Amino acid sequence: MTALTVPLWRAAHGRTGDKGDRSNISVIAWHAALYPVIAEQITADVVARCFAHRQPSRVTRHELPNLQAMNFVLDGVLDGGVNDALNLDSHGKALSFLLLDLPLVVPAGLAPLLRGPDR
Amino acid sequence: MDEHTLRIGCAAGFSGDRTDAAAPVVDALLAAGGPAALIFETLAERTLALAQIARRADPDRGYEPLLDELLRPILGRCLQGGVRIVSNMGAANPRAAALRVRELAREAGVAAPRIAVVTGDDVSGAAHRAALRECLGEALDTRVLVSANAYLGAEAIAAALRAGAQVVITGRVADPSLAVGPALAHFGWAHDDWDRIARATMAGHLLECGAQVSGGYFADPGVKDVAGLAHVGYPIAEIDADGDCVITKPAGTGGEITEHTVKEQLLYEVHDPAAYLTPDVVADIGLAQVEQVGPDRVRLGGVRGHARTATLKVNACFESGWLAEGEISYAGPRAEARARLAAEVLRERLAGLGPLRADLIGVASIFGDDAGRWLAATPDSGARDVRLRVALRHAERAAAERLNRELTALYTCGPAGGGGVRTALRPTLSTLSCLLPRELVRGTFEMLQ
Repeated sequence: MTALTVPLWRAAHGRTGDKGDRSNISVIAWHAALYPVIAEQITADVVARCFAHRQPSRVTRHELPNLQAMNFVLDGVLDGGVNDALNLDSHGKALSFLLLDLPLVVPAGLAPLLRGPDR
Repeated sequence: MDEHTLRIGCAAGFSGDRTDAAAPVVDALLAAGGPAALIFETLAERTLALAQIARRADPDRGYEPLLDELLRPILGRCLQGGVRIVSNMGAANPRAAALRVRELAREAGVAAPRIAVVTGDDVSGAAHRAALRECLGEALDTRVLVSANAYLGAEAIAAALRAGAQVVITGRVADPSLAVGPALAHFGWAHDDWDRIARATMAGHLLECGAQVSGGYFADPGVKDVAGLAHVGYPIAEIDADGDCVITKPAGTGGEITEHTVKEQLLYEVHDPAAYLTPDVVADIGLAQVEQVGPDRVRLGGVRGHARTATLKVNACFESGWLAEGEISYAGPRAEARARLAAEVLRERLAGLGPLRADLIGVASIFGDDAGRWLAATPDSGARDVRLRVALRHAERAAAERLNRELTALYTCGPAGGGGVRTALRPTLSTLSCLLPRELVRGTFEMLQ
């Protein structure tokens, strides 16, 4: 059995929320069978590296196996938040799509559960 | 008709939301019969400070600017059909908003409604000054305070509804409390019935952003296709006596309600899922379950609750100076290189003025950081249609204005072929949050006479 590498968005979806200088990004598996694969690979460390240029002071991962979902809380990644940031997207609403572009290795047997085009 | 189910519709998720969303929701509530409420959530973190500024300029303003447009299409039918309306549209001036609602009811030709005004959230006055200084620190002495409001819970809303209010207008309350209030009033739960209050709180959380639970803010063509986004239906929660709910939407509207749309909204702006804090309860969705029970019908269960905290969150807004932003476009061969050169020129001209952010729209403008680490690490992609956008903040207006003058001067002094300069300058606000002891804040209601 081989495996394939896909962007995370083919296996999960998510949304960003903001409060002050803190961002939260949900990662919700498209299918229950994909959840353990995602949970094993998309760790707090992996997400912290993905956002390294924004220098998070802390990245916390909350697991919600009942919902086949995880919630990442990223402190200090909004350049001060909606009041102080110079970013066009001062809420950081687009950030879920940075996280969802992380690579994920998926066993070939689960490939039929992936969403979206192959490339 | 099921008298044991309370239906709560939501017709606005922020100030600036669609104003034609309410009518189909009200149609559905009236067709279902039974007890029903309609909520409008229109206060984001900074909305209230802007409202406070508006009130200073005109004592009759300072409430939701779109109040007329939001309420006029449905007010008469709600009042006649027994659908209670609960909204934080009062912003910095709930009483003026309530007076305006009374006027709209008169225009609609219905009997004068009982309108309740919930106050007590404004803690910017002398009575709270000492407590506020303790929790905010020296900022209160060194900066210009625009507004300070505590997040009230559902109690005053519930009390107003029990007293017979048909419309309840509030200032700052926690968003989910707009739904918890009608649930408390209808089901008569004890104030410490934490599990039921937590369930109603999460129902309110699913509702509070309007279409975000029903297919809005979800679509991603080819991956997450949503039909009828131009006419997305706003949500209705069917809440049972235990606080559990089914989320649905009016028949014939666009959008969709699936386990996936509900999960995205359930986790929106949540930090620790085991401790979602509101003034009413500490809600715990660690064991929550989301289940599709019919077309556009999703049930939320398994929410637990714990005792509410002894403090209330306060948001204080201060004047914080000026934000200058400007843009200029480059196109054709080497467009990106010319845009990057323009940014370098501005950096050199404005050195010492404070951090300058530069974005190349179409290349790198959103994921990046204000310090420019991301952009610097992004090699020239050879883009042929690039808009340079620059921004800077400064305490002094004249200093911030320099950015816009320097950007405009690129017309003759900058790289070749720059065009389409636009600049903007606006005053900015900054927010500080802190916690006040609950007993220092008294949310109360009065019925408009």
